[in-house]
Amino acid sequence: MLNESVAACANADAPNGIVGKPICAGDAMHGDPVKAPRILAIASGGGHWVQLRRLMPAFDGFEVAFVSTFDHYATEVAGHRYYVVPNASRLALGGFLPGARRALRILWSERPDAIITTGAAPMLIFLLLGRVLGARTLWLDSLANPERMSSSGRLARRIAHQTVSQWPEVAEAEHVAYWGSVL
Amino acid sequence: MIFASVGSVLPFDRFVRAIDDWAGANPDHQVFIQIGEGKFEPTHAKWVRIMPHDEYRRRLAGCSLFVAHVGMGSILQGLEERKQMILLPRHRDLGEHTTDHQLHTASRFAGMPGLQIVDDVPSLQAAISASVAAPMQTEKALSPFASQELLNNVRGFLRPILEKRHKTILAAR
Repeated sequence: MLNESVAACANADAPNGIVGKPICAGDAMHGDPVKAPRILAIASGGGHWVQLRRLMPAFDGFEVAFVSTFDHYATEVAGHRYYVVPNASRLALGGFLPGARRALRILWSERPDAIITTGAAPMLIFLLLGRVLGARTLWLDSLANPERMSSSGRLARRIAHQTVSQWPEVAEAEHVAYWGSVL
Repeated sequence: MIFASVGSVLPFDRFVRAIDDWAGANPDHQVFIQIGEGKFEPTHAKWVRIMPHDEYRRRLAGCSLFVAHVGMGSILQGLEERKQMILLPRHRDLGEHTTDHQLHTASRFAGMPGLQIVDDVPSLQAAISASVAAPMQTEKALSPFASQELLNNVRGFLRPILEKRHKTILAAR
C-alpha cells in the first residue's frame, strides 16, 4: 500500500515559476502549458536525505515533490508533495516488483521533467522507470564514498543521464563527472 | 547535555553501550541517545529509538557535545549546527554496516576543527571526558546549502528543461 502524504501547497513564498506566479500543487493551472516544470527529488532516509536537502537552491523555477523512506520527513518539506517508500537495501527480487509498482504510481501522478537523487539503492528503480517515461535523470553519489563509488552508483551509471561523484579522484577512476560537493 | 546518535538506519550497540557506561560513570552529566534498532537498552542515559527529524534538530542545536557514528547525515548536520563532535566509525567485520565506507569517510574528515574521530570504546569514552572538561574549538557553522560549484552544475543540468518550457510559453502567447 502506497503510504502517501500530500501536503496542500499553502506556501505563497514558494519559488516563482518562470511566469512569475506562485507554484501550487493541484491549482487551476493544471494542464496549462505555462505551469512550472517538475522535479522529483528523492533519497533514502539519513545522510542521503540530508545531502538532497542541501541541493534545494538549485531547484528554483521548478515545482518540487519529494520521496524518502520516513513518514516524519513530511513536516520538513511542508508545502511540497511528499511520498514515503520502504527502505529495501538492495534491488532484491522480493522487493523489486512492489517497489516498481509503487515507483510507477508516484511517477504516473507526478510526471516529473527531472529526477534528482543522492541515493541509495531503493531510488534506482525511479531513475530507470522515470527515464523510460521521459524524465532527465541525475545520480549524485554520496559524499560518504570517498574511496570508490557505491555499488548503486555503479548501476546508476548505466541508467541515469548523468552520474556524478563528489570526490574528484573517485570521479576520475570511475569515469563519471565531478561537479563539486554538498559541503 | 550530551547528545549521541547512531543515525537513523542501522543498530550500533557497541556505541550505545559505550555511551551508556560513560553516563553511568559520570552521573553529573545529562546524556541522551538515539539508539535506533539496537538490542541493548541504556540503563543510565535517557534514550529513544528514533525521534522525528525536527526534534532531532532541536536536540542537536541544544547540545554541548554531539557524539555519533561516521555517517554523512550526522557530520553535515553537526557542522551546520557548529557542534563539537566525537565520531566512532562502524566496522563491517563487527556487523555494524554492509561496507567499511565509514572508515574511509573517517580518514577524510579526521583533523577537521571541532571534530574528533576515535576508533575504539576506551578512546571514545576518554574523548567525551576530555571534551566535557575542555571543549574543542569549532569553525564557523557550515552553510545549509551545497557548494556554489555543485549548485551551478545542477542548475546547468536542469536549464534545458526550463528553457524548453520558456519557449513553449512564448509560443503560446
